[in-house]
Amino acid sequence: MWADAGLVAGKDLRIELRSRVALNQVLPFSFVVLVLFAFALDPDRGVLDRAAPGLFWVAVLLTSLLATQRSFAIEAADGNTDALRMSGLDPAGLFLGKAAAVAAQLLALEVLLLIGVAFLYGIALHSFGLLALTCVLATLGLAGAGTVYGVMAFGLRVRETLLPLLILPVLAPVLLAATRSFEAALGGVPRECIGWLGLLAAFAALYAVVGLFGFGPLLEES
Amino acid sequence: MGYVAAGYLVTLAGLGTYAAWLVRRAKQLNRERLQ
Amino acid sequence: MRTARTPVALRGSTMLGWASLVLVGATVGLGLALPRTQEQAEYSRLIAVHPPAAWASYVAVGVAAFAAVGHLVTRRLAWDRVTIASLEVGSVFTAITLATGSIWGRPTWGVWWEWDPRLTTEALLLAILVGTVALRRSLAPGRGRAVITSVAALATVGLLPVIHFSVLWWRSQHQGGTLLAPDPASNADNPYVVAMLVGFVAFTVLFAWMVVQRVRIEALEEEADEVVLGRAIAERRAEGRPTSGVTA
Repeated sequence: MWADAGLVAGKDLRIELRSRVALNQVLPFSFVVLVLFAFALDPDRGVLDRAAPGLFWVAVLLTSLLATQRSFAIEAADGNTDALRMSGLDPAGLFLGKAAAVAAQLLALEVLLLIGVAFLYGIALHSFGLLALTCVLATLGLAGAGTVYGVMAFGLRVRETLLPLLILPVLAPVLLAATRSFEAALGGVPRECIGWLGLLAAFAALYAVVGLFGFGPLLEES
Repeated sequence: MGYVAAGYLVTLAGLGTYAAWLVRRAKQLNRERLQ
Repeated sequence: MRTARTPVALRGSTMLGWASLVLVGATVGLGLALPRTQEQAEYSRLIAVHPPAAWASYVAVGVAAFAAVGHLVTRRLAWDRVTIASLEVGSVFTAITLATGSIWGRPTWGVWWEWDPRLTTEALLLAILVGTVALRRSLAPGRGRAVITSVAALATVGLLPVIHFSVLWWRSQHQGGTLLAPDPASNADNPYVVAMLVGFVAFTVLFAWMVVQRVRIEALEEEADEVVLGRAIAERRAEGRPTSGVTA
């Protein structure tokens, strides 16, 4: 299972490295979102820095949607799906691999986006351990849930419109928990992070279980 | 009274519309099946 | 696969239908006749429909989860029909819960929408149910659709506690506890409890009737699909056979 996961994740990441879609399209998109927030909320009124954790995570959420769609778009091309089904790879490994690739991209994006938030919104970052832990747990949840719903909507012609409707309400708890955890960490009350981090872990665990057991049947049938 | 009436109206209208749709669709499908 | 060509009778659920009609009528009658209370004036009369609708939405999610497990274990499509029926009927009750909650909140809280934990949970639930039903509707009938619906239903149920706690903690940082109606069993006088209990029974029976009806529709639609498909296949086969003597 782990070997298969590594294989799939390596394949997906290599595709992204070579096609540069993540670098040239997804990453700029998330920065455009950051800039749009600044336009929507007047930067002079102090709204931006107070809302910064939430805005950061909304940007991550929207970008995770793109990353998920991209992750399955590369499988849809040229009949790759059948190749994947026939490959004899462990479905649990497939799930882990695809989710890991999305998670790796999202983590890289979050680092850059955090720098962007600090730079554009004038936020002083600190408590990097807690921020990192929040990012890791939230990203595992985003990637896991994204991969589960991505494969559900995989074979559909309407998936571009259906996937956001399916995923965004499901991801709402991640947005809530990650935002509050960031606020607590940046606000100097690290104790308050614990509950939120627990929720993020529970969310990630839930979709890990669903994915590990459900990915095989879902891929077979979608 | 306005809000109470509105609440009951929304409830009954919502449930009624859905129930009516259920009955109509079932009948329609049954009819098509006999043809 | 199919046996008799009789119409799928609606009579089995007719009793259930009439019972729910009578019970809902009783609920409305009892609810509207409720006396005013001191703190909520006449708006407490909504207690006969709002909590029962919320209850029905929870029952729906529970039944859907149960049926989803049933399908994944037995692989029978009958379970799958119950899952989707319950999800769809549940979304109707969730929408009604939100609507009545909002209508009650306007005179009581002074706003149409309050970010109350329970209301917010219910709103997210509605969004997820609508999404799941939309997913289901865009899938072609068959085993695949059943598996996808089942997994989606189970994920929704697993997610509910996560949503509940996240929304609860989220709000409790700003204000103490929930703003919803106080526990009726301890605070309200007897007629409220009676009206609400009748409401619970009425909406549960109505839910059952709607699910039975929706399951029938699902079965009929699957059958119609099969017939159409069978006909199309037969036609293609007939085309391929050079029997008519046209080819010569």
